[in-house]
Amino acid sequence: MFRNQYDTDVTTFSPQGRLHQIEYAQEAVKQGSAVVGVRNKNYAVLATLKRTTSDLASTQKKLFPIDDHIGMAIAGLTADARLLSKYMRTECLNYKYVYECPMPLSRLVLRVADKHQIATQRVSKRPFGVGLLIIGYDQQGPHLYETSPSGEYWEYQAMSIGARAQSARTYLEKVFETLDNCSLDQLCRHAVLALRETVAALKDMELSTKNCALAIVGKDLKFTIYEDEDVLPYLDVVQAASLQPMDGQSSTL
Amino acid sequence: MQLRIPSAAVKAQYVDPTQVVVDPVRHTTSPLVTGGSVVGIRCCDGVVIAADTLASYGSMARFQNLSRLVKVTDNCLLGGGGEISDFQEIQRLLENLITKDFCFNDEHTQSPRSVHQYLGRVLYAQRSRLNPLWNSLLVGGYTAGQSFLGMVDLYGTTFESEVLATGFGVLLGLPLLRKAYRPDLTVQEGIKVVEDVYRVLFYRDARSINRIQVATATEAGVTISEPYSLETKWDFKGFVNPRSPYDESTW
Repeated sequence: MFRNQYDTDVTTFSPQGRLHQIEYAQEAVKQGSAVVGVRNKNYAVLATLKRTTSDLASTQKKLFPIDDHIGMAIAGLTADARLLSKYMRTECLNYKYVYECPMPLSRLVLRVADKHQIATQRVSKRPFGVGLLIIGYDQQGPHLYETSPSGEYWEYQAMSIGARAQSARTYLEKVFETLDNCSLDQLCRHAVLALRETVAALKDMELSTKNCALAIVGKDLKFTIYEDEDVLPYLDVVQAASLQPMDGQSSTL
Repeated sequence: MQLRIPSAAVKAQYVDPTQVVVDPVRHTTSPLVTGGSVVGIRCCDGVVIAADTLASYGSMARFQNLSRLVKVTDNCLLGGGGEISDFQEIQRLLENLITKDFCFNDEHTQSPRSVHQYLGRVLYAQRSRLNPLWNSLLVGGYTAGQSFLGMVDLYGTTFESEVLATGFGVLLGLPLLRKAYRPDLTVQEGIKVVEDVYRVLFYRDARSINRIQVATATEAGVTISEPYSLETKWDFKGFVNPRSPYDESTW
């Protein structure tokens, strides 16, 4: 997109009815490395690609636990994500304190989205530059939500955001109808394969224990992060997949 | 500019702000219109909570047709004793809570346990500001095949149990409830038990009347009965010519 005279602050509409600052904030989300979320009847899974600035540095944090039953993956400005995660953790704790019950995901996401919206309607603020994929398990079952700097939020069966996420979404579009009936292992497999699609086009990059992290939450499973050695079993499917042609229907393993 | 020196009369009106004594902010320290005991028992297929329909004004039986049992949601009910205006305030707070749920328009509703915890937090917060809601509440409900019975008092103390009571019900009713409780007790049997308790309460609690309501929370939902009176027996020899067995002396 090109610069224009209506994009200086978020409180100015363009003649086409757009708020350019929000769209620029959404570009920041697209700059972050990819994250994939999938959900079935009992579980929700996040697969993330952790980027490093150099070989000497540790990887960027992509997964944030929020509560025993909620966690999220981020794409975009990590500092903004940290602020939001602190807010979400406080909200969950307060809810548990008052109502003796884990916070329902829809209500938490609504509050986060409202917080995003406030930043789009004040002269003194800028929009949050981070997109969140939030997974959780509450009374109504597992959920996957995406939030955006615009203050909108959506619930998904499967979704990917970040750099080259469209490739992952294309893969997920082929397989999402089979997700509800697959096992947890198959679900993780789909998440990792979708993530792999985002690096498939790059020559010298592939998923490894160094740059991939997984998180699962579900019926009898608290939000658990798998990284470093713990993620190796889930990456094995990538090995198997690279030996046969990519086919979204091969979910019978 | 001329310096205006106030006259003696004006000077006499002057009030030194450092010497002013103001009454401190005070909150109600004792209840005025009060409800009596509330009694509850947990059954295998639901919960039974009962209360009489009296609001006393000190020792006067002032309002004799007042319902102290309230349906909170389709699977949660509340019984309250203590200051009636505070109980009405609690009813308003709970109504707001349920309305908020309605406005969210998702499938989530407050469970009886959540209502119990919420009330505990509210009452504790009030008492911590030395401005208590002067009530003893029983919260009961039935969700997902489980019955729940909990109590909250004016300090914000909360606990849950199979049998609970407030006020005089603790002294006279709990022993009877405990004796009658069995894990497989049904709601119909539970109603008989609480009726027995209220009979004893009417005999011995001076701030009670013979008109009770019984509420149940079961799979079918929450029902609160119409008020009715209990059969009582007043021709015991001790009632006809009452005399304490400890009256030995004549003066």
